[in-house]
This record gives sequence, C-alpha cells and structure tokens, in this order.
Amino acid sequence: MTTKKILTLSTALVGFAGMATAQMEATESPVAGMEMADEMTIVSWGGAYQESQLKAYVEPYLEMNPDVSVTWDESSAEAVAGLRAQTEANNLTWDLVDVTAADAMRLCDEGLAMEVDIDEVAAPAPDGTSATDDFTEDMLVSDCFIPQIAYSYTFGYRNDVAEWNGNTPSSICDVFDLEAFPGQRALERRPHNNMEWALLCDGVAMEDVYDTLETEEGQDRALAVLDRIKDQTVWWTAGADTPQLLADGEVVFGSTYNGRLFSAIVEQDQPIEMMWDTQSFDLDGWIIPAGLDEPTLNRVLDFLWFATDTQRLADQAAYISYGPARQSSAPLVGTHAELGVEMAPHMPTNPENAQGAFVQNYEWWADYRDELDAKFQAWLAQ
Amino acid sequence: MTDTRQTEGTVPLGPDQFTGPTPDNALRDADRDAKASMVAADGTPLKASLARSLRRQKLRALMLVAPLLIFVLVTFIAPIADMLFRSVQNEIVVDTLPRTVAALQDWDYESGEVPGPAVFDAMTRDMMVAVERKEHTRLGSRLNYELTGISSLLRQTGRDVEDIGEVQLDAMVGLDPAWEEPATWAGMLTTPDYREAAAEWAIRADEGGRLFDEPPPRMELAEAAQALPLTADAYTDFARTIGTESQDSALEEEPWPLVYMSLVQDLRQFPAAADAFEGDDGARLAALVEALPTIPEVDTRAAFLEIDEEWADPQVWGTIKAFSPPYTPGYFLSAADLTLTPDGVEAMPEDERIYRTLFLRTIFMSLAITFSCILLGYPVAWLLANLPARQANVLMILVLLPFWTSLLVRTSAWKVLLQQQGVINDILVWLGLVGDANRLVMINNVTGTIIAMTHILLPFMILPLYSVMKTIPPSYVRAAKSLGATDFTAFRRVYFPQSVPGIGAGSILVFILAIGYYITPEIVGGTKGVFISNRIAYHISTSLNWGLAAALGSILLVAVLILYWAYDRIIGIDNVKLGG
Repeated sequence: MTTKKILTLSTALVGFAGMATAQMEATESPVAGMEMADEMTIVSWGGAYQESQLKAYVEPYLEMNPDVSVTWDESSAEAVAGLRAQTEANNLTWDLVDVTAADAMRLCDEGLAMEVDIDEVAAPAPDGTSATDDFTEDMLVSDCFIPQIAYSYTFGYRNDVAEWNGNTPSSICDVFDLEAFPGQRALERRPHNNMEWALLCDGVAMEDVYDTLETEEGQDRALAVLDRIKDQTVWWTAGADTPQLLADGEVVFGSTYNGRLFSAIVEQDQPIEMMWDTQSFDLDGWIIPAGLDEPTLNRVLDFLWFATDTQRLADQAAYISYGPARQSSAPLVGTHAELGVEMAPHMPTNPENAQGAFVQNYEWWADYRDELDAKFQAWLAQ
Repeated sequence: MTDTRQTEGTVPLGPDQFTGPTPDNALRDADRDAKASMVAADGTPLKASLARSLRRQKLRALMLVAPLLIFVLVTFIAPIADMLFRSVQNEIVVDTLPRTVAALQDWDYESGEVPGPAVFDAMTRDMMVAVERKEHTRLGSRLNYELTGISSLLRQTGRDVEDIGEVQLDAMVGLDPAWEEPATWAGMLTTPDYREAAAEWAIRADEGGRLFDEPPPRMELAEAAQALPLTADAYTDFARTIGTESQDSALEEEPWPLVYMSLVQDLRQFPAAADAFEGDDGARLAALVEALPTIPEVDTRAAFLEIDEEWADPQVWGTIKAFSPPYTPGYFLSAADLTLTPDGVEAMPEDERIYRTLFLRTIFMSLAITFSCILLGYPVAWLLANLPARQANVLMILVLLPFWTSLLVRTSAWKVLLQQQGVINDILVWLGLVGDANRLVMINNVTGTIIAMTHILLPFMILPLYSVMKTIPPSYVRAAKSLGATDFTAFRRVYFPQSVPGIGAGSILVFILAIGYYITPEIVGGTKGVFISNRIAYHISTSLNWGLAAALGSILLVAVLILYWAYDRIIGIDNVKLGG
C-alpha cells in the first residue's frame, strides 16, 4: 500500500517538475496574534540536512519575524533519550524536535511528545486539500508525527573496481555475492534493513519478510546470508562513514542514507554510483515535546505552520535529495540551489528509483528490536 | 631532594607515637586526665573546652570544603546513585496494573492454565485506565525486555479494550438516554459540595480562556456510592485521570465505558444497592436493575482472546506475575546473560549471550593496553628523567602535545594511518613487505583499539613514571656499579624497584581510564574491539533500556572497586606515587 502511494506521489513529481516558477506565499497560522515566545530551541541532525532546513524555512521565517531567535541543538540521534531525561528532570529545554518516524512512535507511546491534529498544525495545500489528505495516511504513522521528508537507505558502489570486469551491481543480492563483486562492504551496525535485505536475497517475498523474521529459523536464515560477507564487511554507526569509506577505497559497496550518497556523487564528484534497487524507505519529521508552556507552544505552532507548508517542503528539496512528504510539494521540486542539477532523478521517490522499494515495518521493529539486536550483536562478536 | 630519604629504614611515627600534641592525642590526653578534672582558664573542664574548640575547628574545615562537597554530591554522586538505582527499579508493573497484580496472587503459573475470569476482569479494568492515561505502551516496552511480543500485545489490546464495555453502554443509553449525561453520573456518585465547586471552576475556566491553568477541584464520592464498589472505584479513576490529563471536570465529561460496565456488574451482584439512592437516581437504578436481564453479559476473557490469542498463553501472565514486585533482579540477570522467566532463572539462548564475553574482553583489553603502555612508556620516562634539561624539555613537549590535541582528532588520525588503504599499508606495499592484495587489517578489530588507546593513554603512564624516576638519585646506580654490578643487575636490583611506585600509579590510572573508555573503541574497534561501555551507551541512547544500562554500569563500577581492592591487598596503595 505504501509503495502504491509513493508511486502516485512520484508520478506527480515527474509530471510537473520544473513547472513551478512563482513562490507561493505562506498563509497565516491559526495561532497568529496570540502571545508567543521570542526564543525557540530546534533539535535536528546537523550537517547538510540541518543546513537544508535552515535555508528552506528557518532563515525565511526569521526574516518574517526579526524578533525571534532560534537555537539549534544537533541531538536528534539521541532525541528519545534526551527528551526522556529532560521530562524526568522536569527541565524541558527543547521546543521542537526533528526525529525519524520510529522515534516519533516511541516518543508518542511514552507520552513524551504532544499528540497533534495534523489539520490544525499544518496548512492545507494551495488547492485546498486538507493536510491529512496531502500528507496521506502512509506518512502519518503516529499521532504525534508531523512529516517532512521521505529518505531511504540505499547502496553506493565504486565505479572503478578492476576486479568486477566492467560489471556493475544492479540488484540488492549483488551485495551478498562476493564472487561476482569481490571487495569490502559497509553495512550498518544494527539489524535493521540488513536482516530484511538478507531474507529478500534468500528467496523470501517482500510481504513475508517480517513474518519470516519473527521465527527463529527466519532469523538464522538471514544471519546465514549475512555470514557470506561477514568478514568482508565494515560495520558503520554514523551516516557519514560509508561515503568516506567509499571515497577512500576502503570498501567498494556500502549502505547509507541516500542524501549522503548524493553529496558524495553529485556535490563532491567521487567515483561512486548509486544503486536504487530495494532501497529501504524511512520518514523523518517533527514532534512537539509534551509540556511546553503556552507562549512557546504558540511560537512552535506558528513556525510549524510555515515550515511544513507546500512551498517550504518543496524548497527544502533544492538543498538535499530527500523527497518532500506532501504530495502537493512534488510538482514544485526544481533544481539544486547551487549546482543547478535537476533534483527529481535523485529523489528516492522518483518512480524509476522507487521501483521495488522496501518499506520498513516500524511496529514490528518496536517489538523485536531487543531480541534481534541481542542476536545480531552476539553474531557480530562471534 | 635527598632529605626525604633519610627517614627510610626507621619506623614511621604514627599518631600515637608522636610526642608533641596533635588534636587527636590532646583529646585522648584530656580524656585520660578527666578524672583529675583538669579545668581550662574559664573553669570549664579541659575536656569539654578542648572538644568544643576542636568541633569548631572541624566545622570550619567542613565549611571550607562545603562548596566542593555539595557540588560533587548534587551534580555527580546523586545523579549517579539515582541512575544506578534504576537497575533494580520495577514499580511500573504494579503501578500500571494494580488490580491484575493483586488478582494474579491466587493464580499459579505451575498449573499451566490460563488465569480465571477474575484476572481478566481485573486486567480489563487496569487496561482501560492505563489506556486513558497512555501508560500501557510504556509498560509494554518494559515487559518486552523479558518476553518478546508483549509490547505489541499490549498496544493491540490498548486499541481494542475500550470496545469491551461498549455493548453495555449502548444498552444502558438505549434504556434511558439520561445515562449519557455526565450530570447524571456526577449527581448520583459525587457530593453536592464537589458539584458546586466544579460548576464554579467551569465558569472561571470559560472566562480564563486559553491561559487558564487552574486544576479542576478534586472529585469527592458521595456516601451512597459505597453501595456500588466497582463503579465508585472506576468513577474515581475516571475523574482523577481527566482532571490531570486533560484538565476537565467530571461534571462535563461522559464517563468511560468502564464505568458503565462496572455499574452493571455491581447491580448484578448487589441488586439492592439501588435502594441506597434517592429520587431520580434511585428510580433510574431500579429501572436498570429491572432491565438487567436484557443487558448483554460481558465475558472479558473471551473478549481478550478475541483481541489477541496470545492472552491464552500462560507465559504472558507468568511474566507479568514474575515482574510484579517493585524491585527486580531482572536487569542484573540480563547483564549476566541470564533471564528471569516464570519458571525461574534460566540462561539466555546461546546466540543471544553477549555480556559475559564483553566484560571479559573489556578487562583483557584494558590489561593489554596497560601493559603496552608500561612497555612503551618506561623507556621514554627514563629518558625524560635522565636527559639534560634542554633535551628533556623538548621530549616533554612531544609527550604532552598529543595530550592537548582533541581525542577525536587523534582517534581519526589513527583511522587514516591504520586502514587498509591507509598510510602504513601504503608504505608497506611500497616497500614490498606486503602484497597489494594482502594488505594488513589493523583497524576495526582488537588490534586497532589496542594501538589507538595505547597511544591515547600513554601520557597517563609516562607522567607518573617520570615524576617518580626524577626522584631516584643517579648515585644509587653508580654505587651499585662501583660495587661490581653489571648494567642489567644494577637496573634490576637498584633502579627498577625504586620505579615500581610509578608503574603502580600509571597502571592504575591507565587501567581505570581504559576500562570505561567509549569513543575510541566506537570509532576504531569495529565489532570485536568494542568495550562494555559501548553497550552501555547503546542502551542509554538507542534501545532506551536504562535499567539494563544501569545494571551494566553498576557491575563495571563494582569490578573496578574489586580490582582496586585487590591491588591494594597485593601491592599496597601506599606504594603508588604520583610524584617524589
């Protein structure tokens, strides 16, 4: 179902790409005119992603509201732990937090994030479509989650490997094929995605992956596939590791966020190519911490109304190759702000790229994370 | 420099051997002479006077250290103690499921049977309240550490549990639409005083608008409500929860289906309870008693099994029961690769055991790092202590320079040096020592961690060694040689024994720093060169299993204390010197 949705989104993206010219004006937020705080702490991921947020909507917002000042905290990777600690200490210092969908679900479950009515916090599309319909159900995975972008875990490979005899990998299963594609790999040091990819290459159908992974035999099957490349693999923990390892020639094949590979390939012109096959989709968006005082909350809501509207999400795509979460933003996606390259072909949601994409099951992982992680770490340590 | 040595060989004077007055001795002297009743100049007994002045002195000393003491207590010791305390804390189960925990007392896991209807009734009530308070998912994550699948079971049940009482709600409202009115319930179950206070509060809330944040008045049960125990209990939970969660008063909110369900249950059990109420309430209740046969029965057990068949698994109930006490050894057991099941303590499945290996590896690698620090640091420290001042200073700067460089920079530099396409491998290939296809693997494994951490911790070994060696008079070695000792014997029997305190100090420093290290192994350790602290960090910031992180941390702390104690017993902590 999610794949279908992504396809509709991407069709729109291609159909109208480049047609957008005029910047659409933002509408007034529902909290306009109320008492608002002048300071706001935004938590994000740092790096190129935070830069895209700064350029696309934080700087424009500050221009419109010169009295407001924004403090950045680059702690999104520890968002759940941080918010839990702050709430327990009764000392909330974050006002708006950028998190992955899985973390948003956890925060919502624990009551650490505020439940929101998406139609009250996000503007309708310019054509009047409500925010709920514009984001669609597939993006609204949690009651606390205000989606921004769709990103994916993809593989990059070096295009100058002599041993490959001119062949280039085109399928996810090439990752596990050391004979055809010898060389070191880089995979993330956690079971997510790796276990699913392994099972898919062991003949399991996409819709059966999680049912299989629930069983002991299924887990062993996945690990057996990973065993094939285990001693040829570098296990990464930070998204920047893989592009670096690829650029150094330490590995010839590696997974990471598609935006990181985009900057290595397009911005830094490294001898790396992208392999979109069976990319694994994930979402990123905002949550509002539970327990903000009224003026701060009003400021956050005012900012969110602006920052998540159709034009602003489309603007963000000019700085980073992540797909905007709104359907209505897709036709407005244009070219890269500095390089001028057309962004659409680099989006994970582009129909050509989205073919055969895999969608993670967050709820399943919420249940099985501990068990699989223990198993995976024990397997790694063997 | 040499005068400190002169007392060597003589028995050191303890406080009792000193002939001059010390504060302690003076007090003792005064005590001894108390019978002779010595008095101070102002006529008070000398002992009391002395004690007073000593107390004043101690108090003054305490006040001087107080800022630091309070600072350390508040910002360091208290948070750590609080964090470590989480390793046994487990109130969440009994707080979220109080009725179920009580009902489960009468159920025996050994019987292998699913608990009776009383437990399911209690669970329904607990879950309905927990869902309204959004506590059930948190409980699910807690219990999921012990039995995989409970998290989704509780989440799924949380979504559907509301529907269980729905049929009775509909039947009651069909019978008399007044049951839908919040005022009917409030009028029947609460005191007039409360209703008045709540009505006034509602008016103030209307006037206050968005900025109004006065909590609604606390609900008080009417006397007559005692006749309906389950209803009273459910209604109390309802009023309290909406008061704290959504800042509403019971006067304005329709009660949860749980309250309807409870009323039907109460009236089935005590049909006479309707007589305890007067007027409309009594009449409405009497009508309801009359109509009871038409109201569908609710089988909570069947309803739960319909939501999820997992509820028929005694293992689920056994886990809830096993983890119902407010304190649990569960986290410590997990930290030792054991698990607490309803059947007792069991070993983890073989493919999920990680912690024992990790602890042993942490200790082994820390020892290896300490040892290589001694090996590399000793000659450097000797040079530092024996070279002429000019050269020694240059050498000292070389030792300290990396010390002043960021830890991350140094670690990343090692990455560049050690990786397979790195500087060292490139040089080795260029020299023809290794083939291009067989480049050495020196990073992302144990070797990488030991190399990088030895480099990073080396100054902590060199500096104490240097300061001890500096105090060893060169004349001793010269004397030994003039008496016929070879270089080696002079070193082994004269120089080395005197430098042992420096090795001791350096080793303790390096070992204790190494055992808790985290950043360097994370970056260069790969999968086999990581420490237990990396798992602690993982549980703190990623898996959020703080209890397990606390248990692992406590074990690490105790292990370090035991090693320190053993060191003191074997070598003696007095032999540790950080300087002359």
